[in-house]
Amino acid sequence: MSKGSPISPSLMATKSAGAAKASERVDRPAESGVDTAAAASPVLGPNNVVPPTVMTGSQAIVRSLEELGVDDIFGLPGGAILPTYDPLMASKMNHVLVRHEQGAGHAAQGYAMVTGRVGVCIATSGPGATNLVTAIMDAHMDSVPLVAITGQVSSGVIGTDAFQEADIVGITMPITKHSFLVTDPNDIPHVMAEAFHLASTGRPGPVLVDVAKDAQQGQMTFSWPPKIDLPGYRPVVRGHNKQVREAAKLISAASKPVLYVGGGVVKAHASAELRELAELTGAPVVTTLMARGVFPDSHPQHVGMPGMHGTVSAVTALQQSDLLITLGARFDDRVTGVLKTFAPNAKVIHADIDPAEISKNRTADVPIVGSVKEIIPELTEAVRTQFGSAGTPDLTTWWAFLNNLKETYPLGWTEPEDGLSAPQRVIERIGALTGPEGVYVAGVGQHQMWAAQFIKYERPHAWLNSGGAGTMGYAVPAAMGAKVGEPDRVVWAIDGDGCFQMTNQELATCAINKIPIKVAVINNSSLGMVRQWQTLFYEGRYSNTDLNTGHDTVRIPDFVKLGEAYGCASFRCDRDEDIDATIQKALEINDRPVVIDFVVSPNSMVWPMVPAGVSNDQIQVARNMTPEWEEED
Amino acid sequence: MSRHTLSVLVEDKPGVLTRVASLFARRAFNINSLAVGPTEVPGMSRMTVVVDADGDLIEQVTKQLNKLINVIKIVELTSESSVQRDHILVKVRADAATRLQVTQAADLFRASVVDVSTDSVVIEATGHPEKLTALLSVLEPFGIREIVQSGTLAVGRGSRSMSDRALRSA
Repeated sequence: MSKGSPISPSLMATKSAGAAKASERVDRPAESGVDTAAAASPVLGPNNVVPPTVMTGSQAIVRSLEELGVDDIFGLPGGAILPTYDPLMASKMNHVLVRHEQGAGHAAQGYAMVTGRVGVCIATSGPGATNLVTAIMDAHMDSVPLVAITGQVSSGVIGTDAFQEADIVGITMPITKHSFLVTDPNDIPHVMAEAFHLASTGRPGPVLVDVAKDAQQGQMTFSWPPKIDLPGYRPVVRGHNKQVREAAKLISAASKPVLYVGGGVVKAHASAELRELAELTGAPVVTTLMARGVFPDSHPQHVGMPGMHGTVSAVTALQQSDLLITLGARFDDRVTGVLKTFAPNAKVIHADIDPAEISKNRTADVPIVGSVKEIIPELTEAVRTQFGSAGTPDLTTWWAFLNNLKETYPLGWTEPEDGLSAPQRVIERIGALTGPEGVYVAGVGQHQMWAAQFIKYERPHAWLNSGGAGTMGYAVPAAMGAKVGEPDRVVWAIDGDGCFQMTNQELATCAINKIPIKVAVINNSSLGMVRQWQTLFYEGRYSNTDLNTGHDTVRIPDFVKLGEAYGCASFRCDRDEDIDATIQKALEINDRPVVIDFVVSPNSMVWPMVPAGVSNDQIQVARNMTPEWEEED
Repeated sequence: MSRHTLSVLVEDKPGVLTRVASLFARRAFNINSLAVGPTEVPGMSRMTVVVDADGDLIEQVTKQLNKLINVIKIVELTSESSVQRDHILVKVRADAATRLQVTQAADLFRASVVDVSTDSVVIEATGHPEKLTALLSVLEPFGIREIVQSGTLAVGRGSRSMSDRALRSA
């Protein structure tokens, strides 16, 4: 790809910094789910002592969930899980009946992402279980603590291709942190406790518990807390002292350091610790797609999101850096671009709880295995000591370079030429009018990138999306789960017209269970991101990307009618002057879900962009417009 | 690419072999051989996995294996610090005219004849993979009918025990 002409700042639309002022916020303290509390007892929950009591396996499943402190479950019953749904009816736990098991999985993810607690979903055997697969894979890619409970055919007929039999343990083996098949009801309490322990500690992830029907029906003796027996599972939490001191030395010697912050810092609830380290070092901070909000966007040290659609300042900060201080991030290909050209002059400090992430893609000069919750404060102390003896590094030149980039290449958009609204404006206004206390859940595609770019995030757990997996259809059910987890917050699903049609059946769940999420369908009448690539790389041959939902089409389906059919307040907004009023109207409705069909231009594209297969140095701020580094460097 | 021998101590639970094997497949690591069996500790099995990989890849293999919950401990055994043996059964054509030559060849390799029929013998041999390759090349001219071979088994030299240490640290 050839370099285009340099863009002049006047070509970029100016954009007001619409987000509300950053309020001083401290991340929530470690939940019972994270390692610090689990150190006392590996069994989640209050560890109430329950003397041996005879009950059925299905009663034991429900009782285990209660003892583990579970409040909310998302699921859908069927033959092989029927026995468990009977005692569930009498439980104080809130079971949300979804309309499709995938919705249960994503809802549990959304719940986990906002609360930091383990999300729980239940499905029956066979197709019920396989419908969970996408959500389980999604949770695996994004390290979401999730426990999926599935019914299985009776142990006597396992392996005979019985009705609704699927080897779900086998199917999910590559996409779970671990999985269990339970055929003896006496195993239920310890398996449940182990599943929650595995899902919530170390690098969080999905755990599947597949329970044969006869194990649910059989008698067992229940007692609590059970003994957890996982001899092969010993996550390292504390970072190695010597490595931390080595890292501090590198930080003290660096002239172009960058804090490369990933979703692990959100999962570890370490935003306050991160801020202290950032302010001590004075280094620029980039927050990946999974980490948006963990460091406030309004903070002067924040230089943006890196990656394929990152800001010029963030992408260039990484490229030109001489030291990457990598915290809970994994050098994903969407961040690095062509790996061998990524940050070519940088040394790498890599702190991660998963040793397998370290030096997987980029070799680390200083690897630190452990929880960033523990490592960051230790690193801060070590850096303070180091600065005390060696002096505070002078980053003035580095900041002059980066600040110039921030000013020269701010995020922005050009107005569509077809007279339709710019999707970026709609999303920016949603963020501005709702504010940083809201929760924003995106699907996958252009609207996801715009929501990552144009909503200002000031706190962790406010931004949810399907990062690693890129699951279209994530938004509506995940927003539903988020609203159940944080009922007092405004929860927006910012969805595309393609994504919305994949999982919108959960609007029924939301309407009936009084889960008033707000859905903004950014309707460009097409599979927008695919269309963008067709525009850029396939000579505008729009193969199978037109969805006929937008302006001047047959509008199948009509999203307003669809929303109304599902009992939601539904509006259409197709003019710039109505955007604010429509959002305000949605913000005032809290007794039912809201669906807004924002009719926008199909021609808007996500910029900046690093085209696939090229170095991050080839970032384009608009079509064929690549900044010229030589003049700044 | 160099050859590495990993000794993997695992919980003896259903599916553990699948988990290990499928991990190799999905991470695009090539298994050269794999042997598995029970150990002196009830509930624990030990796998010997031989892989062809360079240094970075073997580190990644080990880390990914360690992430499997049922995997308790992994040790890489070098050829100097361990005893490594393969086991082989070879069915060779041998009639009255050639039988003596075949059995003499087997004797040279300290292999034993475990089955004899009018036109064939089955030879059992144990040894380092190179020795077995040499045996096969000597037997080849007679006509090899079938070969069955185990994966490499390996154990560290000296008195230390892998499972001992694993249990103490657990």
